[in-house]
Parts: sequence; C-alpha cells; structure tokens
Amino acid sequence: MNRLVVVGYGPTAHRLVETLLSRGFDGHVTVFGEEPLPAYDRVALTSYLQGVTLEELEYPELPGVVTRLSSRVTGIDRAAKVVTTEDGHAEPYDTLVLATGSAPFVPPVPGASGAFVYRTIDDLERIRQAASGAARGVVVGGGLLGLEAADALRGLGLDTHIVELSPWLMPRQVDEGGGSVLKGHISNLGLSVHAGVSLASIEPDRVVLSDGGVIDASVVVFSAGIKPRDELARDCGLEVGARGGIVVDEGMRTADPSIYAVGECALVGGMVYGLVGPCFTQAEVAVDRMLGGSAAFHGADMSAKLKLLGVEVAQFGAMEGALDVTYMDPVGGVYKKLFISDDARTLLGGICVGDAAPYTTLKPFVGKPLPASPSDLLFTGSAAALDLPDDAQVCSCNNVTAGAVREAICDGVCDVPGLKACTRAGTTCGSCVPMLKQLLEKSGVELSKALCEHFDHSRAELFDIVRVRGVTTFSELIAMCGRGRGCDICKPAVASILASLHNGHVLDGERAALQDTNDHFLANIQKNGTYSVVPRVPGGEITPEKLIVVGEVARDFGLYTKITGGQRIDLFGARVEQLPQIWKRLVDAGFESGHAYGKALRTVKSCVGSTWCRYGVQDSVGLAIALELRYRGLRSPHKLKSAVSGCARECAEARSKDFGIIATEQGWNLYVGGNGGFKPRHADLLVSDVPTDELIRIIDRFLMFYIRTADRLQRTAAWVESLDGGLDYLRSVIVDDSLGICASLEEQMERHVATYVDEWRATIEDPDKLSRFVSFVNAPGVPDPSIVFETERDQIKPVLIPLDRLGSPA
Amino acid sequence: MTVAELPARVWVAVCAYTALLPERGACALVEGHQVALFRTFDGDVHAIANLDPFTGANVLSRGIVGSRGEEPTVASPMHKQVFSLVTGECLDDPSVSVATYPTRVTDGRVEVGL
Repeated sequence: MNRLVVVGYGPTAHRLVETLLSRGFDGHVTVFGEEPLPAYDRVALTSYLQGVTLEELEYPELPGVVTRLSSRVTGIDRAAKVVTTEDGHAEPYDTLVLATGSAPFVPPVPGASGAFVYRTIDDLERIRQAASGAARGVVVGGGLLGLEAADALRGLGLDTHIVELSPWLMPRQVDEGGGSVLKGHISNLGLSVHAGVSLASIEPDRVVLSDGGVIDASVVVFSAGIKPRDELARDCGLEVGARGGIVVDEGMRTADPSIYAVGECALVGGMVYGLVGPCFTQAEVAVDRMLGGSAAFHGADMSAKLKLLGVEVAQFGAMEGALDVTYMDPVGGVYKKLFISDDARTLLGGICVGDAAPYTTLKPFVGKPLPASPSDLLFTGSAAALDLPDDAQVCSCNNVTAGAVREAICDGVCDVPGLKACTRAGTTCGSCVPMLKQLLEKSGVELSKALCEHFDHSRAELFDIVRVRGVTTFSELIAMCGRGRGCDICKPAVASILASLHNGHVLDGERAALQDTNDHFLANIQKNGTYSVVPRVPGGEITPEKLIVVGEVARDFGLYTKITGGQRIDLFGARVEQLPQIWKRLVDAGFESGHAYGKALRTVKSCVGSTWCRYGVQDSVGLAIALELRYRGLRSPHKLKSAVSGCARECAEARSKDFGIIATEQGWNLYVGGNGGFKPRHADLLVSDVPTDELIRIIDRFLMFYIRTADRLQRTAAWVESLDGGLDYLRSVIVDDSLGICASLEEQMERHVATYVDEWRATIEDPDKLSRFVSFVNAPGVPDPSIVFETERDQIKPVLIPLDRLGSPA
Repeated sequence: MTVAELPARVWVAVCAYTALLPERGACALVEGHQVALFRTFDGDVHAIANLDPFTGANVLSRGIVGSRGEEPTVASPMHKQVFSLVTGECLDDPSVSVATYPTRVTDGRVEVGL
C-alpha cells in the first residue's frame, strides 16, 4: 500500500493519519474534507462561542499530507480504485478510509427546514447570527449534545427551552431519579425543561409541542441524535446497517479489503459509537491492520463523566442490576446510585448527578467484589480509603491500571508529575489525578509539604498561620512553629508572606535580614556582583522627557542599557553605593521602583490599542496602566507578568502571561495561568466579555487566591494545573464564590492598593536604610576594586575573574 | 614549633558592632582583603572571605544568613551554595571552602584578625 485516501477530515480522520505517520508510514496520504477548515476539536465546540479561537480548536497540521478542503467526495469506483469529487477531481487509491462522520438527526417535523443543527463551526456562526435580536430559543434533544447546545444558546443570552422526547433528561446516562435531580439543577439556571413531549410543528417565531403547548421562540436547534454519513458506501455497494452505519469487521474493514471505515460512520459489532474515545481507538485499530497487525475493536467502555451547564453527571458500567442502592438529596441536588449483583457482592455500575466523586473512586471496581458496604461507599465517602486491585483501570483515557501505577512507584516515581510522565495516566482528562495521589500515599510515599528543614508546613499553611494569628515577624513565626534560624528558602518565603499581608517596607526592622540580595538592595544582582536598575514604565507608555532622563542617568553613571521584554529599560552595572544616587535622580524625575528584583508584579505589557490602531476595539494601554498601578508592589509566591491586547490579533502576547486580557467588542476576555520561559503554556480563558469593573474584581480575587494558596516559587501556570479540579474549580471559587471567600480576597487587595508606597522613594528618604548601600562598611566611599569593565559595542561589559585562578571548583 | 615562629596576629578594627545588622552580612576592606562579616542571632560575629568561589564575584556578604542543623550559615546570593560561617566549608560541596578570619569585639568595635 502506498497511496492512502481518507474521506472526511474530522477528529477521527486526524487521529488515523497522525497514528499512521507516527508508525513510520512513508506512502502518499490524501485527505478530503468537506468543510473549508482543517480538523478541529468538536468536543470543545461550545467553547468557540465563549471566545476560544478557531486556532485553539484546530488539531496540529499533519506534515507531508495532502489535504483538500471544501472538497466533497461524491463517488467511489471500487473496480478502478478511484474516488471522485464534486468538482471533478479524481484521486486513485490503494487503500481507502471512510471517516465521513455523522449528520445531526432532524426529525420530519413541519417547518424543520428553518431550524438549525449543532455540529460544525459553520452551524455555530449561523446560530450566533440568528440569536442576535432573538429573545428565546428551543433546543430539541435533552441528551449530551442537546445540553451542550442549550449551554451555547444560554451563553448567547437567549431564554432557553429544552424539549426531550424521553420522560427525563440524558436518558442514556441517568435513570429517572437522576433525571429529576438534573432537571432541578437546570431549572435553577433559568432554563425550561419540557420532557416527555415531541415537536408538532415549527412555525415562524413559535414552536408547537405534541401536548399542545406553545413556545414563542425564533431560534430552534436540533440536537437529538446523529445518523451516520454512509451514503458513499451505500452508493458503491458496500453493506450498511438497517439504521445506518457502514458495516465493518473487528479490524474496522468493510467487505472490500481495500476499504476501511472508522468513527461515527462505522457500524461495528452492531453499534455506532459517537464518543471521541472509542472513535480514536477505532482509528488506531484500522492503522494497525493496514500495517499488517492484528488489533481488534471489541466495543468500548461507554462510561462518561461530564460537566454540563456546571452540573457533574457521570455513568459507569451497567445501568441496571439485580440490586441497587440509592442516595438522593434533592435539596443539595445530589443523586448517586450503585447497581450490584444478586448476591450483593459484585459492583455492576453506577449513576451520579451533582457529585461525580464515586465515578473516580468506584469505576475501577466494576465487575469486581465490592470494596466496602454500598451505604459506606455512597454516604460516608470512605471510598477514599479503598485498595484498588492491580488490574483495576485507573486512567481510562490512556488505559493505565493500578498495577502499572504501583510499578512506577516501586521504580522510584514519587509524585504526580512523575507518574504522568512515566505512565501517561492523568494526562488527558485529568479526572484520575486524585486517584494517583491516593496510590502514592497508600504506597507509603510521603508527599512532604515541608518548606525546608526549619518548617514542617507548606507555604500555604504558613500563609494561613501568619494571617490568622496575626504574626508580624519571622522570629515570632519560627519560635511558634519552626526550628533553627531559617535559611535562603524559608526566609524570603516568609518575607513575601509578610509583605503580601502587611505591605510594610521590605527593609523595615528585622524584615531586612530576610530578603534575598535583590530585595535587600532593591535591584537585580548580575554575574560580577553589580546590580541592574529598572524603573517602572506602566503599560510601556513613556514621555520623551522621561526617556531623556533615563538616558542621562545611564550616561552619567556609565551604565549598560537594554530594552527589556516587558516594555521597559534596564540599566546594568551599578555598584551598591551608586544605587541611591541613581534612584534619587529617577525619583526626582517621577519614576518609581519597577520591582524587577522582587517576586512581585513586574509589568503589564500592552499593544497600542484602539487609540491609534485601526484594528483595536478597546483602549488596551489605558487598561494596562490602570492594572499596573493597581497591582504594583504586590508581593507574591513568584513573579507576576501581565499584558493587555486591544483586539484578537493579540499583539501584546497576553496569553503567555500569568494573567492576560484580550479586548472584545463587548468588553474583555481574561486568561490566566500562562507562561513563557522554560515550559511555555498558553493561559486558559477564565471569563469572557466582562466589563472593566468586573474584570478588575476577578483579577483581584485571582491574584489573592494565588498568593494565599500557591507554593513557594510556584508560577500561576503550575498552580492552576496543581489545583484539584483545575480551571473549573478556580472558576467556581473566584467567579461563583463557592467557598464564600471572595469578599475577603477583595478586601485584602483593597488594603494592598490603599497602603502601597514606592519603596525606592521611601528608601532614599530614610538615612538609616541608605547607610546599608555601601561596598565596604569600613570605607563607605570606596568602590569595590574587583569590579572592572571593558567596552563592547560602545557600552560597558563586565570583566570576570577567571575561575581557574580561584583555585577551587570546576 | 613555638608560638614565636608564627607571624604575629594583627587585629584590625573595622566598624562599630551596632553597624552590623542581626542575621545580615556586611563587607569590610581589611588590608586589601575583602572580608564578609556576619552578626548571628546569638550575637556572635563571624568573618569569611567575601569571594564566592563558584562565580568569582565578591558577594558572600550579601547572602542570606541562617542555620543548617546547629551550624550558622550563609547562602551565596549567586547560586545559593551554603557555607559554614564557622569553618568556611561549603556544606553543599565539601571539596570547596572559603577562608575564615578570627574576630573579636573590643569596646564596641568589631576587630578582624589577620
């Protein structure tokens, strides 16, 4: 086989070609896509309406593959082994893969031609257009896809109604009891649920139901199931199922040995699979067969844990059993049910609504003896203490068993990131991460949270101790809950906590002794023991007069100058005794500390924004300056960087920042947890289209929650990833106030803003602090004679003492 | 060997004891040597060479003072290697050490012995 043709370019087709390439296939691959776009993540479709861009949804490009977009295949000539397209193109093949997917099922209802479906980016754009100016929308279908579509309509501001033929929502995942609890959640969100009815007709601006009810709505979306796109196979004489689907064997091959079918268009073992996990497995099986292997698809675990409209819904194993045990709390909106064998010994399956915790803890026990009494498992949460059998599957995304995880732990892996790297468990959906932690703990791996040898507490615990007990000095804290006299790890960490909470000068009293050299001299140490100086330039906006002052200071003190990545100017080569003189000139000219030396807010970069740019939609410079002035001087577990872009072109690179803001027509999108540097990470969208005051309130909470709970030197990127529940949890805490701490976080930030003073101005006004800025305590006027410079490209450059002359280490 | 054969120790006064902050270092220029002085929590004064042997920069006086076990220490501000203030030994790499100097306090003045 050297010419492979793939018809269809969705996620399954992408996975198939990607797998083929990764296994070293060197033949010619051509992919035909009907849509004008390359493959994108349909599972995340709703997020597109919430501001996620197309580029983020798109799958990575496949190197060396010919992709023909907007190109619909209309015929297959099996005898000649050629496919032909609508526009007359003919492509010969040795092997053909049909990955044509499915089409939304539209029931034969009068007026249905005016309704929308919910599958492609194009569909979303049409719905978005129709929704502007509409007040009410109807989604037909109350299953997984229907609720996704309902979430989308709600996000577009429509009063949303859901019509479901079955007597309750999500009939494939939950039973009647679960359905009623789910309905309660959804009604509380302001959506209307009409269950047990169908559509009679769709008329202009209204929908008539089978029970005679009428909904005045102008937008109708069908999301009531799928039908396989099997027409090409049917037309060329391949067998299709009675209810659709291209018939294939367990190797995903049709009766024609040159033709395979994978994904939602394939009928395997009498089933069509619509979930992405099984479809990917099918693609991998087909590739293995093409390359001579014997992989087989024997059905798939259809267990699912979902979060729809903010409600957790999960189902695993069987949905019936001889015995069942139910926990139902209609007040708290929680429903949990376990199905058990008739001898009451074996777990068969379960359903959860409102709290999916049993999914994680109990799914590995399906088909195995019950690990505890059902009531204990459902009521007391003692499931956390379960011992998993070695063959229990912990990570279903990557098929990793408890035994494999234990083996990795025996081989010396001692933390969750290590397990992820070694076993791939927890790297896809992340729902098994709590399980990985338990396995570590049960294997006797003690996840030490001790900051250092002087404190057994983590930074977050020390923060709480300082906050709750009103501790104001390091000596007090170490006497209370530590030992010894501290070190270069705990002293700066405690200094940072005290600064975050009390905001006094970092060089006041005992605190001066806690600071790293950078904070101690309020400048950045460089390799020859000199320091660099960075005045704050909020938002990167600077007047010509101030630029001239910076130039004059650099010239007069002989400093090396360089523009930083944060839109300001760094002046290098200052000796400690020069720092106060340099800052006197800068402060007099209206500059203040840029905190380049601190674990604190650095800069808020900006693009030029709507003031000058013909594409800008908001004043990004104005917002960047306001944010930089609000958060300047805020001490945190690590440095904080930010940026504001005035439109979706993102010239300020905000998504590489700890918190980045991108303007929209309606307001601002806030992204958090981004990073450049060693391990780049795009920031995640936290909220979209918010007005400025709400934006600032959420950033206040975000920063203070980070400061309270992060580890020492943990950037926001690692912090967001470390949160149990990740971004959803973060959003629930700082947007929905699930812990009830938002007022306290905001108050803490207000206190910071109100008590900020420029620490360089305060230093040059205090003779006591100034007296420390000397090279030699016994010769205050003498510069350090070991600091020597030479010239390179018209500026100074340090001359270093060669290490071999030091007579010590390599 | 008798005591008389050793060069006579010279004590050089460098600064007032109160000029040293508790648990913080300062550098003195003593007869051309850069000497890092530290006043520890218990009031003792220690002196070691200011030159960081790992980087060749005269910076040890600007490190963070602390303890490892019972040993008073300073961490280089460059790459955080920890040195004993008593022996000058690098506790993270025992093959490396820095010179130490005797100190005493006379009439409120810190003196360094050469």
